[in-house]
Amino acid sequence: MRDVRFEEGLKACMNCGVCSAICPAAEFYNYDPRRIVDIVQTRDDDAILELLKSETIWYCGQCMSCKTRCPRGNTPGSIISALRQLSQELGLFIYSEKGRQQFAVKRTVGDNILEYGYCVAAYVVHPDLHPEQGPMWDHAFENLEAFFARAGGELNGTEGPMRKIKPEVLDELDRIFRETCGMKLFDAIEEASEKKAAELGMEFRSKGIDFEYFRHVYLTDNGRHIHVHEHHDADHEGDW
Amino acid sequence: MCMNTTMQTMKETGKKRIWADYQKDIPDDHYFFVRSCIRQTFFPGSEQFFLNFLRSIGKDIYEDPEHTTCTGIGYHGDVVPFDTIMTVVARHFSQATAKGYRNIAISCVTSFGIYSEILETWKHFPETLEKTRESLFRATGREFEVPEYIAHASDIIYKYRDEIAARMKYPLMDQYKGKPLRIVEHIGCHYAKMFPKYGFGGAEFPHVLAGMIEAWGGEVIDYPERRHCCGFGFRHYLVQANRGYSVANAKKKFESMQPYKPDLVIANCPGCTMFMDRWQYTIREMEGTMYGEGGLTGIPVLTYEELAGIVLGNDPWVLGVQYHNVQSDRFMARMGIPFDRDMKFISKEGERLSEPEGLMV
Repeated sequence: MRDVRFEEGLKACMNCGVCSAICPAAEFYNYDPRRIVDIVQTRDDDAILELLKSETIWYCGQCMSCKTRCPRGNTPGSIISALRQLSQELGLFIYSEKGRQQFAVKRTVGDNILEYGYCVAAYVVHPDLHPEQGPMWDHAFENLEAFFARAGGELNGTEGPMRKIKPEVLDELDRIFRETCGMKLFDAIEEASEKKAAELGMEFRSKGIDFEYFRHVYLTDNGRHIHVHEHHDADHEGDW
Repeated sequence: MCMNTTMQTMKETGKKRIWADYQKDIPDDHYFFVRSCIRQTFFPGSEQFFLNFLRSIGKDIYEDPEHTTCTGIGYHGDVVPFDTIMTVVARHFSQATAKGYRNIAISCVTSFGIYSEILETWKHFPETLEKTRESLFRATGREFEVPEYIAHASDIIYKYRDEIAARMKYPLMDQYKGKPLRIVEHIGCHYAKMFPKYGFGGAEFPHVLAGMIEAWGGEVIDYPERRHCCGFGFRHYLVQANRGYSVANAKKKFESMQPYKPDLVIANCPGCTMFMDRWQYTIREMEGTMYGEGGLTGIPVLTYEELAGIVLGNDPWVLGVQYHNVQSDRFMARMGIPFDRDMKFISKEGERLSEPEGLMV
């Protein structure tokens, strides 16, 4: 795989571990971005293949704080983005629980882009999927037209906030996705996810989010991802 | 004596050179405005204020209704390839080119980071620019010029912060205590952590929001986790099973800022603004904890546009100040802003809407 993010993001990592020290994900998950960069740097194909099937490449939150602090100017977050793309193109993301969640990201944000022209649009932030949005959003969601009108806009109008994106504009986005392999990535995520759903004996639908496999990947957490501070020393005794 | 003089000169030269890296040119007119998916979803009044304010001081800012998402949340959520997002953004540039604009004003911090990453990639790997030109032309028949300047919308408000101060009706002063209000500023990670030269003050000394607070009479709070991520984490918020990551990061920030007793939080990223409000509600629901005065209230979180708007005396309810779980009534009362609570939740035509229950004060 040739990706400029490998070239720009990785110049002789010296394994100092500053990226792991600053990383919010390393504080929360069993995660060490330094280790990922080190594996990629070795060019060991077997180790990289394992990485592409693993949970670990899905823990990064893409805050890119690592870019600021790396003394070599490397960007572990970008290397991880490139690995994630490769994992999906090869259908390897379905081997991990965190990887399988990409199907939920595709069916929400991915499909929103081509259907509405927005990654996130007010009318898809349904309170049932977003209980954390709280009572204010419940209110706004129930009164969306009034909410936008009061601010000086028109929901699904011709201009301003949350305007309706014209079909010919959506068609341009669609053609860009086909031209640049964006659609190919969508298809790869769909195809591998459908196979995984069949393997698990779960209901799968070709559109939407109201079915068993979507709910499974959107909601399931096996509880083994989180970094537990009090057990850290004992668990890793002798590792180094 | 001679040595001292020489050293002084060296120091000044060095200082100027060092600080030059933290400066940023912002064009003073003719902006092509690109909206944010998240800001227009949750804070439409903020984008409207930004446009209206610039037009009120005689600036030309144009919005093309055929502008779409940059796909940035999809890119950092890893379902949109880099080649695709470069071509979608190139389409935005073609819209600006067609209308004669070379300065892009960007509402979203994720988009701002995307635009920065793409411009830097095109500089360092010119073949990617050529490939993008070809892809865009084949897909849409469009062509484009690379813009001369990109600015985040907060950069532009920062540029005009003194003009706002000159027209200010309600400075950031506690009318009861006669002291400046104490404000936490949160800079979205993608504003300058990736490409420091694109932000005022870079990644180390970001001044874009602190400058506004100081110009409008407030006091900026420094606290240990000031530069920690709000916790969005893209896929970690988008997938419900992962939201523990997101709320845990926000909790870390609130616990760190609480001892400094902030009266308000502002952010330049629409996602951060939303999350720092929503997670306060969630933490209260989960464990009963609140981070405002005496643990009995929340800390209100506003967009910088909402803050600029109330400082200027705009109607807070049209700005959308009430559309956060943590209400800002007491903060505005301290500023001496008169307001009518009964007018919060009405339609544009004055029809009364249902009152949300369980908001935080």
